[in-house]
Amino acid sequence: MKSFEYAEPRTEEEAVEFLQDAGTTAVVLAGGTDLMGLLKKMVVTPDRVVNIMEVDSLKEIRLLPDGSLAIGSAVTLDELLADPHLADYGGILDAVHGINSMQLQSQGTLGGEVLRRPQCWYFRRDGELLDGRRVIEGDNRYHAILGNQGPAKFVSASRIAPCLIALGAQARLRCAEGERWCDVADLFQIPRRADQQENTLAPGELVTHFVLPPAGALQSATYEVRHGAGPDMPLAAAAAVLEFSGQRVKEAQVVMGQVAPIPWRADAAAEVLVGHRVDERLAAEAGRVAVAQATPLSHNEYKVQLAQTAVRRAVLRAAGLETGGF
Amino acid sequence: MAKTGYAWPSREKSRLLGKSHDRIDGLVKATGEAKYTYDVNLKNQLIVKCLSAPFGHLRITKLDTAPAKEIPGVVEVLVFPHAGVGKEIQWDGELLVAVAAESESAAREGVQAIRFDYEKLDVFTNEEDLEAAKAAGRTMRTRSSEPTTEREPGDDDDEDEFYEAEFKRLFDQCDVVVEGFYGIPVITHCCLEPHGSTLEYKDGKLRVYLSTQNVSGTDDGFAKALEMGADQVEVICQYIGGGFGSKFSPGYWGIAAARLAKSTGRPIKFMLDRDQELKIAGNRPSGYIKVRLGADKNGEIKVWDSHQWGTSGYRGGGVSDRVVPYVIQAPSRRVRATPIKVNAMQAAAWRAPNHPQACVMTQCALDDLAARLGISSLDVFLRNVKHISSRQKQEVYAAELKRAAELIDWKSKWHPHGKGPAKGSVVEGLGIALHTWGGTANNSECRLRIYPDGGVESFCGTQDLGTGTRTVCALVLAETFGLNVEDVRVNIGDSKYPPSGASGGSTTVGAVCESHRRAAQDALARLFETVAPKLSAKPDELEVGVGCIRVKGKPDRSLSWREACALLGLKPLEVTASHKRGAASPLSDEGVGGVQIAHVAVDRDTGVVRMKQFVAVQDMGLIVNRKTATSQVHGAVIMGIAYALFEERILDPSTGQFVNAELADYKLPRIGDVGEIVVDLYEPEDQRARGVIGLGEPPVISPGAAISNAVCNALGVRVPVLPLTPKRVLDAIRQANGRG
Repeated sequence: MKSFEYAEPRTEEEAVEFLQDAGTTAVVLAGGTDLMGLLKKMVVTPDRVVNIMEVDSLKEIRLLPDGSLAIGSAVTLDELLADPHLADYGGILDAVHGINSMQLQSQGTLGGEVLRRPQCWYFRRDGELLDGRRVIEGDNRYHAILGNQGPAKFVSASRIAPCLIALGAQARLRCAEGERWCDVADLFQIPRRADQQENTLAPGELVTHFVLPPAGALQSATYEVRHGAGPDMPLAAAAAVLEFSGQRVKEAQVVMGQVAPIPWRADAAAEVLVGHRVDERLAAEAGRVAVAQATPLSHNEYKVQLAQTAVRRAVLRAAGLETGGF
Repeated sequence: MAKTGYAWPSREKSRLLGKSHDRIDGLVKATGEAKYTYDVNLKNQLIVKCLSAPFGHLRITKLDTAPAKEIPGVVEVLVFPHAGVGKEIQWDGELLVAVAAESESAAREGVQAIRFDYEKLDVFTNEEDLEAAKAAGRTMRTRSSEPTTEREPGDDDDEDEFYEAEFKRLFDQCDVVVEGFYGIPVITHCCLEPHGSTLEYKDGKLRVYLSTQNVSGTDDGFAKALEMGADQVEVICQYIGGGFGSKFSPGYWGIAAARLAKSTGRPIKFMLDRDQELKIAGNRPSGYIKVRLGADKNGEIKVWDSHQWGTSGYRGGGVSDRVVPYVIQAPSRRVRATPIKVNAMQAAAWRAPNHPQACVMTQCALDDLAARLGISSLDVFLRNVKHISSRQKQEVYAAELKRAAELIDWKSKWHPHGKGPAKGSVVEGLGIALHTWGGTANNSECRLRIYPDGGVESFCGTQDLGTGTRTVCALVLAETFGLNVEDVRVNIGDSKYPPSGASGGSTTVGAVCESHRRAAQDALARLFETVAPKLSAKPDELEVGVGCIRVKGKPDRSLSWREACALLGLKPLEVTASHKRGAASPLSDEGVGGVQIAHVAVDRDTGVVRMKQFVAVQDMGLIVNRKTATSQVHGAVIMGIAYALFEERILDPSTGQFVNAELADYKLPRIGDVGEIVVDLYEPEDQRARGVIGLGEPPVISPGAAISNAVCNALGVRVPVLPLTPKRVLDAIRQANGRG
């Protein structure tokens, strides 16, 4: 670990001020479950660490007048599990349950989870995110099967983001100049140059809140294919959000996780669902369509089947049906 | 003094032995009060962090440590002897330079400041592919054992030609011939507590807090390096966070720590980082094998012909061909082995060296034989009990097979391979394996004191590797003296105590039982001599009761333990007793068997394997503490599930970098992955009469083969190489489907 300045702001204004000081590189410390490891390995070597856990406004869960739900980025994962407002967002809860570690759930935050750095073992070793050749020639069993034509071959790490995106959630960002809003989907990008990373945050920007649309009639689910019962990264995942009209799907969103450098929208799979009753056959078709464009690397063809299965089971779960499996 | 006849009390007369007892140090371990080596911090200590090799094979072209010394807080920099400019380094993670500093962050900044450059050399990591290894020039000479056949070559025969013809003839006689490929990759010891030490050099003496499974045997190494007498070195290890065969020596990092302590005059704390622990501090050799197995139509094996390969690291090695085939020996057999050199640290002994791999490499083939014949694997194993070659008796294996089958309910759960009912995409299966191990009692010496106030205290330079060692020592003393466990004080974990052997090969429980029982019986005989006149009896007419010494058959003529000890006067009674490894003894023995059956479920759509139930039937002679013995088997089975389903070392093919050396990437099971474990300790009278036999290794041997066989039974497809990850399971299913 390199020595750094430590800041502990009490307000959003202070936080973004500390983040924006000229001449320093600053990182946000929330739960620290990801950052601490990166600091110790010196993959990240900031001049300043800004702890946002003492900023009250970032720790609130608030129902807005229009029925949408604002969640501060420093809300911990176990607070999400406990909050009654989240009960109608099954897909979010599925993802948090999947993390399956009391330590990560009680220490980790929503903002930290969504912006978690990639688990790619080449990146974690020496901070190199875009050495595509090394991944192609190396061991890529956990790498991307979609969106992997450029130098970025890692997979997006967040387990909650696919469901947030499928729900159409928005993010509120602050910087010293003011605030801006964007779709959660737009927080992510596939980096192509060394000066880009996997999120779109500008230097000094802080994600303060996520806003979920009213749960209303939305039925959501996340399904992760996990090697074991621990908190390790899933091998493939999918979130599905369905809105029904009678027995038939009126609107659908499907987003895959752990398959591409960003949470990967499977719009063609969603289209398959619209206008139909969900059953095993339809869900399987959505799964097939979701991975039709997959371009697996030398060691990860198996992930195509896992992603397909994850989509099928997420759709079935969102529709309240049995997923199969264990 | 009458010669003591050393013996264990009978099952009926044992008050404590064979019953279940909590660990006497369980609470301090659970609460964190127990200080492991990593917990030891000495006043004014320096922290060491290291520069390590970033590539799998390199030659150092530049190494300038001066900038590190400029970093505030850095006190001393040491270049390891193997790491100067021009030196060749054969594996990723090898330590090159140690930086001792006032804080961890200063040490790391110091490491970062070192100017280091290197030339990349050729890297080879593909140990699974024999042809690739040959092409890369990384194979060593193939060893062939002397074949065992029905006919012997004549004087005029060309041996190679003779054996080719003989094996052809033998296979032709078989009703069925199975050909298989199986493999088990390198895993690491992955000790929860990394290797390392905290130590202090003062007034010509070295005190070392070392994470070690060899308390009595590591002082020499430090002494030699620092050119001092071993009696000037004290090694202390009260508690150890795992060793599994990798913590017998100080390690070159331990020696470096001692040198730094001497040169700086400051205490040094030098524990490996997690990734360094996995990269350089211990791994288990890999084994891959092609087998031809011939049998009759009932599944009785006749001929074995195999060629194996694998690696122990940069010097070659691999799984020993002397334990292949494993336990079950075909009457005719031939074994060949080709070592492969890869760019990785050389292997260390791993819990039951060679056996878990050999078990997979042999008993998966046996299970494939059952699959081919469409008969129950249990029947095949039972039919081949007559071919078991082991230090345990065949009848014991037969009994254990039957016991394990009953416990898992084989009869109602078994189905032919791949023919079970599917629930959606989920299928279930059963698999068997069996094993053997020695477990002899190691050298051990115990100094025992009985104080005039009735206190009992023992001293022995053994270690808490099995995590039940202290408790076992206490139980033996308490049983002998008619006391309770909490009435005796056990001291272990210090090289100043009488020496006891390293904890390797399941030799500790026998060792400490030998030395402590002998010392206790000797001390009791002396105490009887002191007490006898007071009770108007001869010493040999006395016995211990609960908390008392009394005349046999006359319970009214007795003294309480305290009254009896008070007769010692002012000085404590002290005796020292020892056991020499290999000496025949009524107290201990060697050679156990053991049978395990796994029940798994497999999701064919995801390739995920889930443990449902695991039955482990294990003999171990006399059971000292039923609870810790059971725990030992639980731990071993979990470790077996780890290497069967999760663990493997992954080396990057082009750089030789060990890419999954952090715990986030090195897969291990969590408690939710282990299913139900059923432990059955097999201890009929004839086994109990053998005395104490070590239990550390045997139950870790069979899980790999048993679980692989269960997955094969579920799918009807062999997933040839462990661990059985979703990727490997799906790849195997796809390949089988491709074959039609």
